[in-house]
Amino acid sequence: MALLTTRPKTGPNGSESRRSVGDTVAEVRGHHRSFGSTHVLRGADLTVRRGEFVALLGRSGSGKSTLLRSLAGLDPSPKGEVSVTGRTSVAFQEPRLLPWRTVERNVELALLNTVRDASRSEKVRGALAEVSLTEKTDVWPGSLSGGQAQRVSLARALVSEPDLLLLDEPFSALDALTRIEMHALVTQLWERHQPAILLVTHDVDEAIALADRVLVLDQGRIAREWQVPLRRTSRSPEHHQIAQLRDEVLGALGVTPTNAHHQETGAA
Amino acid sequence: MSALVASRPNSAPSSPGRGTTRRSAASRLSWLRRWVSPLAIVLVWQLLSDAGVIPEDKIASPAQIGATAWQLTKDGTLGDATLVSVQRVLAGFAVGAVIGLVLAVVAGVSRIGEDTVDPPMQMLRTLPHFGLIPLFIVWMGIGEAPKIALIAMGVAFPLYLNTFSGIRSIDRRMTEAAVTMGLTRRQRLRHVVIPGALPQALVGLRQSLGVAWLSLIVAETVSADSGLGYMINHAREFLQTDVIVVGLAVYSILGLATDSLVRLIERRALAWRS
Repeated sequence: MALLTTRPKTGPNGSESRRSVGDTVAEVRGHHRSFGSTHVLRGADLTVRRGEFVALLGRSGSGKSTLLRSLAGLDPSPKGEVSVTGRTSVAFQEPRLLPWRTVERNVELALLNTVRDASRSEKVRGALAEVSLTEKTDVWPGSLSGGQAQRVSLARALVSEPDLLLLDEPFSALDALTRIEMHALVTQLWERHQPAILLVTHDVDEAIALADRVLVLDQGRIAREWQVPLRRTSRSPEHHQIAQLRDEVLGALGVTPTNAHHQETGAA
Repeated sequence: MSALVASRPNSAPSSPGRGTTRRSAASRLSWLRRWVSPLAIVLVWQLLSDAGVIPEDKIASPAQIGATAWQLTKDGTLGDATLVSVQRVLAGFAVGAVIGLVLAVVAGVSRIGEDTVDPPMQMLRTLPHFGLIPLFIVWMGIGEAPKIALIAMGVAFPLYLNTFSGIRSIDRRMTEAAVTMGLTRRQRLRHVVIPGALPQALVGLRQSLGVAWLSLIVAETVSADSGLGYMINHAREFLQTDVIVVGLAVYSILGLATDSLVRLIERRALAWRS
């Protein structure tokens, strides 16, 4: 079992190591991170199990994005504090597509070091089909709508068949209707490919609707944790278990819940 | 010299469809209309020359210039002179472009590179490079070397400044996304940094080509025993204004030609921006 302390080099043996490892894809132990005199993370602990969908909530500045960046290998972390097994990929709040490459060639870039030239195109087309963008393969990213661009970004993140998919508020810039469609799409893709997902969000309802487990980051560490009850299809906001969980999570975020369940969390 | 920095025309792509024939006919008409006044000026010039109002030793008539151009082309004088001048520009451009681009990449991709390369470049760029001619002559004499050095100097700075700022203006978030996809430093340079800096670098290319021709003209006017500048200087001694105008026209045409070449490259390489 090879626990890599830094971002794993996604080499040709990536899939092999995936099969040989145990139950955990990401492990954070006592992680500290400060910027100047501001201590953002103060001993954060987090375990993400294989195939698990985890939502990480927190107020602005709680360090949730910092934690995600550590897991993505974008932020240097001391040895032993952050370890990720297998392949990781990230979808950010902005799609971050390269404007000078077509949609297809953007997705292809994620396979540059892992898949042979000849079989890339087929995988890319498969990934674009899964996000229903087959007709946009040869288009410049600049001509896509926000939702379409974010779907390309998802396809690019999934095409490398990651063990851990990190989602950094990927729906927050989308309009409400597109966001609902994206929730369904992410759920569907997660069920099909079973990567572990860490979704960083400030939207409590989104977290409860999508995740197996909801975490709240506060004061630089994981303050609270809940298993989300019920199957995803039964998680109606009116259901008393869901309503109660929602109140608890909001409470942990420092928001006094009211009876209106469809309001914005205000914890942006 | 304004021909060297010709402005970009509004090239509106004609959309396919039923209205195309009529619209392109209309645009052809307006294109023709734009030729009326230049032709009228040439015609008036010719008439005034014929009437003796414009003396030939001040400027020759258009017909005379045309005849001289034909004569110089036929006996090979113009072709030889142009070839020599073009070779000078190519050599100077090659040297300057390599220096400008390499320094821009060094300064653009590393902090240490920037701190080392950028301060002297920013200081040197304020020097009017034509002012260096006396020094270049002291150092290199009056042969080919100072001419090529002058052109190279003129080319290096606009390319450096534009490419460097192009690299710096690349969205860091793009580079980050490339890191999360496991791209190596070299791959990021190739797939993110270079294409990202290309639009600004091409602006630098156009500027630097303009300066290259300008530097050539200045260098050849100061001293030359061959090339277009020599042809023009030689004609001056004999008050051959027709030859001088032919030389100037060739300078303009060469400048325009390289400018259109860069515009063609821009259209091809920056198709994604339309």
